[in-house]
Amino acid sequence: MSSTAQELDHLIGKEYKEGFVTDIEAETFDPGLDEDVIRRLSAIKQEPEWLLEWRLEAFRHWQTMVGPDWAKLDVPPIDYQALSYYSAPKSKKDGPKSLDEVDPKLLETYEKLGIPLEERAALAGVAVDAVFDSVSVATTFKDKLNEAGVIFCSFSEAVREHPELVRQYLGTVVPQGDNFFAALNSAVFSDGSFIYIPKGTRCPMELSTYFRINAANTGQFERTLIVADEGSYVSYLEGCTAPRRDENQLHAAVVELVALDNAQIKYSTVQNWYPGDENGKGGIYNFVTKRAECRGVNSKVSWTQVETGSAITWKYPSCVLKGDNSVGEFYSVALSTLKQQADTGTKMIHIGKNTSSTIISKGISAMRGSNAYRGLVKVTKGADNARNYTQCDSLLMGDRCAAHTFPYMEVANPTAQVEHEATTSKISDDQLFYCTSRGISEEDAVSMIVNGFCKEVIKELPMEFAVEAQKLLGVSLEGSVG
Amino acid sequence: MLSIKDLRASVDGKEILKGINLEIKPGEVHAIMGPNGSGKSTLSHVLSGRDGYEVTGGSVTYNGGDLFELEAHERARAGVFLAFQYPVEIPGVNNMYFLKAAVNAKREQEGKPEMDSMEFLTLVREKMGLLKMKPDFLHRNVNEGFSGGEKKRNEILQMAMLEPNLCLLDETDSGLDIDALQIVAEGVNALRSPERSFVVVTHYQRLLDYIVPDFVHVLAHGRIVKSGGRELALELEEKGYGWIEEQAA
Repeated sequence: MSSTAQELDHLIGKEYKEGFVTDIEAETFDPGLDEDVIRRLSAIKQEPEWLLEWRLEAFRHWQTMVGPDWAKLDVPPIDYQALSYYSAPKSKKDGPKSLDEVDPKLLETYEKLGIPLEERAALAGVAVDAVFDSVSVATTFKDKLNEAGVIFCSFSEAVREHPELVRQYLGTVVPQGDNFFAALNSAVFSDGSFIYIPKGTRCPMELSTYFRINAANTGQFERTLIVADEGSYVSYLEGCTAPRRDENQLHAAVVELVALDNAQIKYSTVQNWYPGDENGKGGIYNFVTKRAECRGVNSKVSWTQVETGSAITWKYPSCVLKGDNSVGEFYSVALSTLKQQADTGTKMIHIGKNTSSTIISKGISAMRGSNAYRGLVKVTKGADNARNYTQCDSLLMGDRCAAHTFPYMEVANPTAQVEHEATTSKISDDQLFYCTSRGISEEDAVSMIVNGFCKEVIKELPMEFAVEAQKLLGVSLEGSVG
Repeated sequence: MLSIKDLRASVDGKEILKGINLEIKPGEVHAIMGPNGSGKSTLSHVLSGRDGYEVTGGSVTYNGGDLFELEAHERARAGVFLAFQYPVEIPGVNNMYFLKAAVNAKREQEGKPEMDSMEFLTLVREKMGLLKMKPDFLHRNVNEGFSGGEKKRNEILQMAMLEPNLCLLDETDSGLDIDALQIVAEGVNALRSPERSFVVVTHYQRLLDYIVPDFVHVLAHGRIVKSGGRELALELEEKGYGWIEEQAA
């Protein structure tokens, strides 16, 4: 065992190939946060008065709040006045009307990340909104989506073009003052994606947003809102990367999903923010509030996440099951290696009758990583016949990492059935030797065992993402076993 | 094929193998018998390159090269195969995927192109028929929820697919009923060839009724204390190990 532990230490070579910086002229606010900054931000985005007021309200509330300290995380103090709250590539001041007007350097960046934005080169069947620091630089396949009546655009554009929809739904799932980071986001959010699927429409393609943080000392505060109207269906994917930098960077996003009667939203994330180095230097602080409301009867929301990046992850994609017979699902793989910390899980709030939820969480800890699952299943008084199944599995590699499980259950209705299963296992020397004795290299063996462990979650991802996620798990663990 | 000279090995500072000498020529089948704790499993693990064993003396030459120069996966690709006493479960990993990865790792080493899916499937189905394995076997996870007999048959299937030069069978008979034992033994016998050698490690001579060895060696206290032909196994069956251990002491 000790020899394996030594080799674990020895072979640290995680390659973060998305760690490059794009050299592009940007308009960036000076560091600091006050009401003037928010006014300037709102003015640049040509926002209506009500939205500015909404932001200011959030900001005033935020100033009375303190950051959460209950998570199993060691978060160094963050100086919110030392951050810049807006950075946008200069060429994109008014927003390009078509891809021809997008700065070639930006196109190149996305090309390098494997996300070609030219429609003929793009993945067939996936429309992409590319968000670079504080702004959306391009959205593909807009015409095709327009034909179906689907609105898919940057949040800023939605505020300009569809203010009534934004106003109707913004903050209705995650209120401005929901929590410290959500309040901060509500005050200073810059860009993100907006999606509206009209009644009875099955979105003709996968929608996806690719978030890229480039500028240094800048926070990214994305805001995403997805509304699936009655009887509609949409599958949405998000991917995220950032350059390798020695300073920590803050990413505080809010995502709100609304599913009306008989609507379905499938939301998938492959999160690969820069994780920092093996000593915990640098990396993204990923403090994210994601929540879905199954507002209508028979509505359904599935969250699938593969979290391999970030220095610190604080994230609980949740479902409020208001509509009768509504369904919430949460499938998660969270990998903590190097010195990464993750405290992630979900909340399933059963309110309507005959609601059901499924939680499958797979935590992987390697090197000096720490991984916590935190989940709440709440069945309110009127939620007759609520069902929940929770399965939490942890996989440990080596003897310096940690895994924790914090399941909470609050059941106020006697007809509820709530099940919880949890396991913790180690990648055993036996398993590794079994693979190597068949000619499979140790690295491939680790990747194979980890992917086997995560299979139930990976299979929930759309095909292209599943392949990506499997590779990412392999790359992220490269060198974590010798 | 394999030449073991004065091999000494220890685990956590305790010497388990205390000077093993063994010559194995192509096509030969050697049985290693001995009481529990004599070092039988240690020998097969040391030869296949498992971590946690320290080789403290002696040498092992395999096909003219120093075996200990190779890592476990390199030995496998060079044609050394260990059939496990307790095959390991790998949850979520498809049996066919695993087998294909192993076969292609070896082919890569040999400079051959990857086997395509059709070719692989045809071959694996043929070998499975030989071992009377059901087709759904391929779609289950590696050894997960397999019965004892299924696990051992899976080992032999892997062996058949990888076509090793040197097969180490570690207590392959343990946990098998007589029907499963026959099937497994038939699978092994089908692989016997003038180029392929076997080291069959077993506690009981029962297995040797089906896999008939050319040589039988008795291991006790980390040394080979007696060698002979097929009849030695029968003698052991009759008299037990006590008399040999006494002789050796």
